[in-house]
Parts: sequence; structure tokens; C-alpha cells
Amino acid sequence: MNDFALALRQVRYQNRSFWRNPTVAFFTFLLPLIFLVILNALLGNNTDPIPGGEAKLAYFYVPSMAALSIINTCYTSLVMTISIARDDGVLKRVRGTPLPGWAYIFGRIIHTMLVMLLLVAIVVAFGAVFYGVDLPARTIPAFVVSVAVGAAAFSALGIALASFTPNAEAAPAVANATALPVLFISDVFVRLDNPPPWLATLGDIFPVKHLSEACQAAFNPFRTGSGFEWLDLAVVAAWGLAAALLAVRRFSWYPRE
Amino acid sequence: MGAPIIEARGLRKSYGDFEALKGIDLIVRAGEVFCLLGPNGAGKTTTVEILEGHRDYDAGEVRVLGRDPQQHERALKARVGIVLQSAGVERFLTVEEAIELFRGYYPHPRPLDEILRIVGLEEKRESLIRRLSGGQVRRLDLALALAGDPDLLFLDEPTSGFDPSARRDAWEMIAGLRDLGKTVLLTTHYMDEAERLSDRLAVIADGRIVAEGTVASLRKQQAGTLISFRAPPPGILDGLDSRRLQDGRVTIETDEPTRILHQLTSRAASADLELEELRVAPTSLEDIYLKLTATEKAGE
Repeated sequence: MNDFALALRQVRYQNRSFWRNPTVAFFTFLLPLIFLVILNALLGNNTDPIPGGEAKLAYFYVPSMAALSIINTCYTSLVMTISIARDDGVLKRVRGTPLPGWAYIFGRIIHTMLVMLLLVAIVVAFGAVFYGVDLPARTIPAFVVSVAVGAAAFSALGIALASFTPNAEAAPAVANATALPVLFISDVFVRLDNPPPWLATLGDIFPVKHLSEACQAAFNPFRTGSGFEWLDLAVVAAWGLAAALLAVRRFSWYPRE
Repeated sequence: MGAPIIEARGLRKSYGDFEALKGIDLIVRAGEVFCLLGPNGAGKTTTVEILEGHRDYDAGEVRVLGRDPQQHERALKARVGIVLQSAGVERFLTVEEAIELFRGYYPHPRPLDEILRIVGLEEKRESLIRRLSGGQVRRLDLALALAGDPDLLFLDEPTSGFDPSARRDAWEMIAGLRDLGKTVLLTTHYMDEAERLSDRLAVIADGRIVAEGTVASLRKQQAGTLISFRAPPPGILDGLDSRRLQDGRVTIETDEPTRILHQLTSRAASADLELEELRVAPTSLEDIYLKLTATEKAGE
């Protein structure tokens, strides 16, 4: 078997293993959908100024919950699953076989991305069916590219952070403590009106807001054109690249001693 | 004698200020079951993990199947099977799936059915790993290590925590590996395990090899007979090289049991005393091991 076939095989086994654990599968999918329903129920029909005019908030929440889905699966769950696999010695065992390290990590990332894709598709379909928020055909490529760049970058960030978690028990705390505050200042759960300048700057530095804005642009009913937000995507990609470099340097197959 | 499969010379490893290995020399030859015996913390696992490629070493020379494990060469990993003390596996795969997954990693895997038979998991082939008992998981560990039909197998304390019958099963399995022509490096802190399984063994204590050879040669190197009795009256031991144990017994190791025993019993008889719980026995491997590892500690 060549290396690429080996890597694809890892994806298959990761998938099989994931779907056999219904609790994890269920809650992975439920969380962003719960947020989507609650936020829309609370505020969905309010209108809000967005670039180009005024639209109901559902136009904001559908794409931002898509962004949350990307971050929640790629980043948060990778931090946790990699930390647990490392602590349990799963990674150490694999390291003792001829399987190339990249093929194993590839298997984990691609599996996570497939889960994420399904989840984003459900969120978008949910938005169209229940909230009348459509993704225009002309911006589909932009949305797909945004999702892809976001998925790659946040997977890299997840793997990079997993190389810093001290143990499996600490992983959920570390993942949430890094993700949640940034989500709140990044126009995901709430749109910030006139935030203090330092908070706005902070939000601009991290990649979450840029991913969220790139997704929102694709759903903006007032815009014309393809909906690409190249600058936002560039910031997200830069974070991803830096994280990937860090992950390559820092990644460990062994439990911390 | 087979060709050397593992060669280590002057192997050193420190963790901060702690010198875990102070110069280990080791040769393991093709087709033998070699046992690395020593108390916890002596350096067994450090040594084995270096040979497995899981740990870097500070100084010395290591060749496993002619290669340096520190280089992480696939060609080496393809010929080695590793059973770690504790290593997880995806718990939501079945036994069969996990073995299949690992078979795919190797250029010349052993057939699935053969692996299941060797480790005795035929009945459990379709069970999820999370439903296996502790003993069955250890069998699976061995199954995964055998997936690539390795020439060399590392077993790090393969029977720790086993009940006596599970240990006997494991011993049979390991003895079976020798019959398959595998070279096995096994670590243990159980004397009987080393005695039962090893063709040759090395005793490691405090980061050094303190004895090496076959069980028989190790016996020969050490004094042959152990005389022991309880709480001796004063005077009885004058001029004899004895050791007092924690339980109050006194032991004398000797190559001249007849002369020493005569001296002891005549002293006791003339004082009209009894040597309580008097025992005379050939030195067991456990006695030799305790002596070797204790001297090393005392010499610090």
C-alpha cells in the first residue's frame, strides 16, 4: 500500500470509530444547532445594519454558526482528541509502527473535516428551511473556499495547541478557555456595536472574526459579486500557516512525563 | 549462536541530574528470548524504549537489526513489534478491525487468522475493544505487535498485574513466539518469569548491568547454597560471613555447606541450643537477584 492509500485508510478507520460512539457524534452535531435555534428564537427577527443595508439577524446567525461549527469541530475537538490519544498511548503505539506520522495526523484531520463539512451543510440547510436565509449561487464558491481555509487553519491551530496541553484532563479547559473568549469578541454569538477600541483591535488580531466575516459576506443579500473576502481569508490562512509550523516543531507522540 | 540482533555499547541516558543509564552493554542474538531483569526504576524501561526508538540516548552506540533506532527508519520499524506497558488503541474498533488496521502498516503482514490464533482471541474477533477484559486487551497488544510478522519483538513487563493463571497463559504465548523463530527482548521484575522464559538474561540495577548470562551460568557464578535460621544466639556466628534479613532470619551463602553447617551445628549442640527453622537450600534465582540488586544499591 502506498503512503497516500495508508493515509486514506486512516480516515476510514477514524470515521468508523467516531460514528460508533453515538454520544460524541450526537453532541458534536447538536451544539451548534442548539445555538442556532436559541439565538434565532431570541433575536432572529430583529433587524440589524449590515454592510449594504438592514437585514434580519438570521442573516448574521446562520453564517456565524457555520463559523462556530468549523471552530468547534476542527479546533476544539482536535485539541481534545489528540491530547487524549497522546495520553492514552495511542500515538506512542502508532509511532512504533512504519506508518508515516503525517499519514496518521492526516487521518485525524480529514476525518474531523468530514464531520465539520456535514455539520456546516446541516447548519446552512437549517437556515434555508427554517429561517429563509439562502446562500446565493454566485457566492457558493466563496463560501466553500472560506470554509476550506477556515477548516485547514483551525485544524492546524488545534494540533498546535494540542502540543502544549499538559495532559488529557487539561485539554477541554485549555480548548474552551482559548476559544470561548475569542468567540465572544469576534462577532459570532453577538455582533459588537461600538466595542471599546482595545476589544475591537483584539478581535481583529485573532482569526475567528475574520472567518466569521468571510462566511457572513457570502450570505449578505445586499452584496453583488462573488463574495470573496480575500483580506479576511489571508489573515485566517496566516494564522493557520504559523500554527502548522509550530505544530511541526512541537508535536509529540508521547505522554508528558 | 545466532547473529547479533541488538547491540548496545556504553549506553547512557540522564533525565536532568538523574543518571538513569550509566553505561549499558548488551547483545541479543537471533532467535533467543533475552530477559532484562531488574527492580522498578533500575533502567529497564529506559533501555527498552531506547532500543524501540521511543527515547533518545545521550551517549553510546546502539544497533537494532543493524540500524540506529534513533533515526526512526521505516525499514527498521517494519521488522520490529512492540508491546508497551500501557498503550491505548481506538476503543470503538473491533479486535479484527484493529489488527487489520495495523496489518496494513507493514510490508509483509502475518495472516489475520494466524494472529488471532496465536494470541487466543478467535472468539473475540468481532467484539469492540472497549468491551474486552484487561487480560484480553493485553492479548490484543501482542496481536498488534505481531501484525507485521516482526523478526524482533519487545515485550515490556508483559505480565504485570496478571493473576497466576493469566500469567501462565502469557508464558505459553511467549514460549510459542520463540518457536516461531522470533527474537524476543523481554523486561520483567519477576524472577520466575525470567527463569521460565529466558534463554539468556541480564540483571540491571541502578543503571548498570550487574550480571549477564544464562540462568545456569548465573547460578554457577554465585555461591551455591543458602543456609538460614532464625534469631541465632550470640557467639554462633563468630567468624562467619552472614547477613541478617528484615524478618529476623540470618542467611549464610557458601560453596562449602558441609563445613559451615558442621561448624554451626557443633557450636549450637555444645551450647545445647536449637537453630530454629534451620533451612539448607540451593540458591534460587530470586536469592541471586536480590543479592545482585542489593549490593549495587549499597555500593552507591
